[in-house]
Amino acid sequence: MRKFQFHPCGSFKETYQDELFLFKTDFGRLWVWISLILLFVVIPSSFGIQTLNLFSLMGIYAMAALGLNILTGFTGQLSLAHGSLFGIGAYTAAILGSRGGFPFFATIPLAAILAAAVGIILSFPAARLRNLYLCIITIGGQLIIEYVLLHWKGLTGGAEGIAITAGESGPLSVSQGTTFYLVVFIALATMIWVAANLMRTRFGRAFVAIRDNETAAEGMGIPIFRYKLLSFAISSFYAGFAGALFAYHAREISPGLFSMGMSMEFLAMIVVGGLGSIPGAVFGSIFIVFLNELLGVLARVFLETGAVTAMIPIREFFYGGFIVLFITVKPKGISTIWERTKSVFRHWPF
Amino acid sequence: MEFFLQVLINGISLGVLYAMAAIGFVMIYRTSLVLNFAHGGLMAMGAFIFLALSSWGRLPNLFSFVLTLAGAFAIGLLIEKSFHRSIMESKPIHGAILTIGLALIFKSIFTFLSGMNLPGYSAQFYEALSVTWGTVSIPASSVTVFIFSVFFFVLFGLFLKNSSLGITMRSTTENRAAALALGVPVKRVLALSWAIAAMFCAIAGIALGMVSNASIQELGFIGLKVFPVVVLGGLNSIGGAILGGILIGVLEALTKGYISASFGEIVPYVALFLMIALKPGGFFGTAEIKRSWQ
Repeated sequence: MRKFQFHPCGSFKETYQDELFLFKTDFGRLWVWISLILLFVVIPSSFGIQTLNLFSLMGIYAMAALGLNILTGFTGQLSLAHGSLFGIGAYTAAILGSRGGFPFFATIPLAAILAAAVGIILSFPAARLRNLYLCIITIGGQLIIEYVLLHWKGLTGGAEGIAITAGESGPLSVSQGTTFYLVVFIALATMIWVAANLMRTRFGRAFVAIRDNETAAEGMGIPIFRYKLLSFAISSFYAGFAGALFAYHAREISPGLFSMGMSMEFLAMIVVGGLGSIPGAVFGSIFIVFLNELLGVLARVFLETGAVTAMIPIREFFYGGFIVLFITVKPKGISTIWERTKSVFRHWPF
Repeated sequence: MEFFLQVLINGISLGVLYAMAAIGFVMIYRTSLVLNFAHGGLMAMGAFIFLALSSWGRLPNLFSFVLTLAGAFAIGLLIEKSFHRSIMESKPIHGAILTIGLALIFKSIFTFLSGMNLPGYSAQFYEALSVTWGTVSIPASSVTVFIFSVFFFVLFGLFLKNSSLGITMRSTTENRAAALALGVPVKRVLALSWAIAAMFCAIAGIALGMVSNASIQELGFIGLKVFPVVVLGGLNSIGGAILGGILIGVLEALTKGYISASFGEIVPYVALFLMIALKPGGFFGTAEIKRSWQ
């Protein structure tokens, strides 16, 4: 049996195989098992349905934020179309589920694939170009997709949107609650695992090389155009997948939800959580969902005193404020605080 | 034919204002390589200060205009010194993210202010300036704004070409490291370029409010149209920004006149998409030079 290593006082890698492990010590592996048990056994059995729904939303946002972080944090390409790609996922799931009669487990991958295809089309012209053109084209993409969702009334139902009835989710009857929670978090855990491993492959290394220095990456023989497209496609896939789950979560979707504001919300998540960090995307989505809940509570308090108009823009104000604060003061986000806390405990009492 | 002419003229008078807004954008992009998403917010801010001074403060229009310019200058300076300065050395994408945060803050502030029932513009124009030619008519406000804009374009062109500050600005654009080595105060130049850009935003915001009756929240959305404008003209060309602005204005007005109003709002972005696909450098932009140190 392999000897467990919890607190090695140095790096004792004896074989190349040891270097390839995702976790440096067994401590990390242990924590993953503990958190998985917490996530899948303890939380579903100890919280009410409302809290579980909140957790599901958090998981959905974390998935989309993870996708955006692959594009923005790892590949260094800013996207403001993430909200609309999320919306494409949601609409595909809703249309296929409620009109086409597709089962739950078929609509979600289809929605993700469609979002990835739209992402490829969207980024195709700009991926050839250098740094910020991709960002500019996503503004156009976001607004054009919003327009299509709003005006293609035959397909999307226009401004009223689409409602999804609970019975349409297939044999497993994934309605709101425990089952849905489990589906969301199994998907999220898989996606985190895929992303963490993807970043250690040829593709992930190429993404990071493109972020750090495009010219040097090109000089090393990385086909930048193809990798940028790939990165955008993966990120759109994540967004579409999350969006499809969101459609089942929200039960009713309308184009107003998937505006540029949502893109900026995702951006706020990854900036707050940490650009280029996989736990960062999760932390960011937890942070933003909690912030939303807190502001919701505040809004209810203010509703009683009558100052309602002040509450509408305050969410945007906080998002903007946190983006500015984190990008100027702590560009690596919460994840650095997390790392530092971990290292403090690891080196205790020194 | 007359309808076409009318639409064309409306488009041009709108486009000149887009050009005015885009000049500030290009200036910030050229000197500090930041895509300024807070552009619409700066425009709205200018319009708001002007409205507040002229209607609540009851100051004469020209005086409040000058005060607004001073205020915008100060705000541009403040943004550069307090926010942009700390990320100056990091990648361009961080600058863009910073301005997205600023744009959200601006937007929330103006949504908050819109609850306070802002008064409308009460500007008096010389009616003699309005042009009527057959059934085609140009309102006095458009003519005034057009004259003002051309005046500012020329002023700005002369400033960049001849003044010592303009020359240092251009040198910073060209090569920041070399400019610094030759004794150009790069930080001051950056701060001033943000301030001047904010001034142009304020002018564009006030003028857009006067000509097209755009409300202050709408200005934040109109601010996004600088992206199609600058891509059409070339991301790093100020002359291109002027031409791109007029092109986008005409395109938008023609689409609104002949196809549908809602599609007219989106057609600049379709143009942006096609332009990046077909001619990414824009009509006047220079080809991108690949340098690893930028």
